[in-house]
Amino acid sequence: MAATRPGSGATSELAASVGLTDDDLIGMYRVIATARAVDERMWVLNRAGRIPFVISGQGHEGAQAAIAWPLERKKDWIAPFYRSIATCLAFGMQARDILTAQYAKAIDLSSGGRQMPGHYGNVANNLVSLSSPVATQMLHAVGIALAAKIRKTGQVAMTSMGEGSSNQGDVHEGLNFAAIHKLPFILCVENNGYAISVPVERQLATPNVADRASGYGIPGVIVDGADVLGCYTAAKEAVDRARRGDGPTLIEAKVIRLTAHSSDDQQTKYRSAEELAGLTANDPLPRFRAQLKEAGVLTDELESQIAAEVKKDIDEATDFAENAADPDPSTAMQWVFAEQWPGETPPAWGFGGSHGTEGHEGDKSAAEGAVD
Amino acid sequence: MALKTFIEAIRETMAEEMRRDEAVIIMGEDVGLKGGVFLATDGLFGEFGGDRVIDTPLTESQIIGTSIGAAMNGLRPIAEIQFADFIHPAFNQLVSEAARMRYRSNNGFGVPMTVRAPYGGGVHGALYHSQSVEAFFAHVPGLKVVIPSTPYDAAGLLRSSVRDDDPVLFFEHKKMYRSVRGDVPGGDYLVPLGKAAITHPGTQITVIAYGLMAHYALEAADVVAEEGISVEVVDLRTLRPLDKETVLSSVKKTGKCLVVYEDNRFLGYGAEICSIVAEEAFDYLDGPVTRIAGPDVPGVPYNHVLEDWFMVNPEKIADGIRKLAAY
Ligand SMILES: Cc1ncc(C[n+]2csc(CCOP(=O)(O)OP(=O)(O)O)c2C)c(N)n1
Ligand SMILES: [Mg+2]
Repeated sequence: MAATRPGSGATSELAASVGLTDDDLIGMYRVIATARAVDERMWVLNRAGRIPFVISGQGHEGAQAAIAWPLERKKDWIAPFYRSIATCLAFGMQARDILTAQYAKAIDLSSGGRQMPGHYGNVANNLVSLSSPVATQMLHAVGIALAAKIRKTGQVAMTSMGEGSSNQGDVHEGLNFAAIHKLPFILCVENNGYAISVPVERQLATPNVADRASGYGIPGVIVDGADVLGCYTAAKEAVDRARRGDGPTLIEAKVIRLTAHSSDDQQTKYRSAEELAGLTANDPLPRFRAQLKEAGVLTDELESQIAAEVKKDIDEATDFAENAADPDPSTAMQWVFAEQWPGETPPAWGFGGSHGTEGHEGDKSAAEGAVD
Repeated sequence: MALKTFIEAIRETMAEEMRRDEAVIIMGEDVGLKGGVFLATDGLFGEFGGDRVIDTPLTESQIIGTSIGAAMNGLRPIAEIQFADFIHPAFNQLVSEAARMRYRSNNGFGVPMTVRAPYGGGVHGALYHSQSVEAFFAHVPGLKVVIPSTPYDAAGLLRSSVRDDDPVLFFEHKKMYRSVRGDVPGGDYLVPLGKAAITHPGTQITVIAYGLMAHYALEAADVVAEEGISVEVVDLRTLRPLDKETVLSSVKKTGKCLVVYEDNRFLGYGAEICSIVAEEAFDYLDGPVTRIAGPDVPGVPYNHVLEDWFMVNPEKIADGIRKLAAY
């Protein structure tokens, strides 16, 4: 079988088996490969002292790209979490947007350099701005789904989070509410077996987060996060169900965490060398690559071509982010509210110190330590 | 002009806002058929239906969190928290999320949401149906905090709150719901957020208050007037953004300042007013900047003798005025 080229419109047997085209499969592959490469670049930059903090999605990318795929860009909504690099790329963000966030530059789409890296969000792509307290975004996505239902927009809202975060009360309150009102909502739990250092056995009394779905009267689906097309199929069904007005779905993707929790975490304290060595068997990237090659969708030639394009993209994005301007401290009072702030005028001698007039050099210490 | 109770003004303003703008919805516990435990939403379910007047489960974090999401997707929710005392499960959604959404997204997202909650004591509500919670939220940049004291202001400020593009906490003293009446003109008037009112002009002492205390301050002002003390009462109406100009110009005129609040004294909202006055009107002061506020116990006790002991009242305020006048 001839290798498919992007835009060829070809449909291999593999693509047909999940109702997609080869372009979709290559598109997903490109997102996963880009997410991995940008993630690896983040760690290099961190170790080189260029950026103070990294939290990454390595091992989660297959599930992320596949689960975002059936959602419609710029119509549907996603409330991502800090590992959602592939999700954000699949939903319209670019490698450059990830890297400008890593550098916290003024042009950072997510926050203009105000938030720590990993706090993605982008209004143009219906990606909800994320905070640090885990699982709060659950209720925002449910509220977005509520508005979609009331306004009859036909939109679906999805949020993703880790299995540790799924224990938060907001998840319970949100699932219950979404189920009562049959909202067009999907909760995707990316279960990587750890909440920082705490293994899943000490986070959950049931083997799966999805087991809880029945308590809300909604479907709970478990998928292998390294099985990209399995994830896609589950997500497609959930999206269809949501659009039909049949209510929410909980999807639990069993994924692996290929890196430490973050650049501030020493995972060898709680993960054995054998465990770490065994992880690659469930790495979604080589698995999906092999699957696509076997199906004739991806050739060696196309693989290298994509790899070269991704590398070029990320090299350029790194240079761009590295050279982009820092935010100007004179803008730091902006956007507390829609209008000018402070409404309360400062005292005659100002706010004290140099606030509002001078910045400070990229202070690494501020991002070190307990910033998980 | 029609004479209305405080709660009628609030209810009718919500109905008008819902007629004016399809995006306005109400979410809260018992707000539907029952019309709310204080009847603030009475009749609205009948007029607007269950899609726009939504009875939620007993989940305060959900009420606020989904209001935030709905606000980001085109609605203008009015969230009712049944009692201000029960807002704490939603603290994270208010402080970490609603307050910071615009700032953290560099103006990508805003949260046009109004949160209404009855607060305050003197109603035999004990520890958990009497709290004043404004200090927690007025502390947070990104939240606006409104506490009206008259039906006129309640209607005008509620309209401004619902139409505001940022989150507004709208606290209503529950003792005032039916005990306070006032003229409310027909028509679509607004009382702007961030503007205080001088409700009793005077020359010797400025008394700064809000909510129920704004009424008690007026009563106290009348009492001491008979003793020859001229009091200027400033009703803040909006706690944040604060109308510093009105506060400071009154204090600069009178040279004396008493701040009244029902909440616990220590680090209560009035403490910030005292601090601003001390910092920025020092040259004009003729006496210490003083406070009359609730005692520092963890809640308002139930027994009526204990409750009376807790509550700030016109006599306690008048006493504070006399002491300050003696300087
Ligand atoms: C409310 C809250 N508590 C604690 C933290 C610190 N924290 C950040 S991530 C994390 C672990 C989350 O684990 P999980 O949800 O499984 O996601 P994972 O990082 O494994 O993808 C913790 C404890 C936080 N951000 N928010
Ligand atoms: Mg985890």
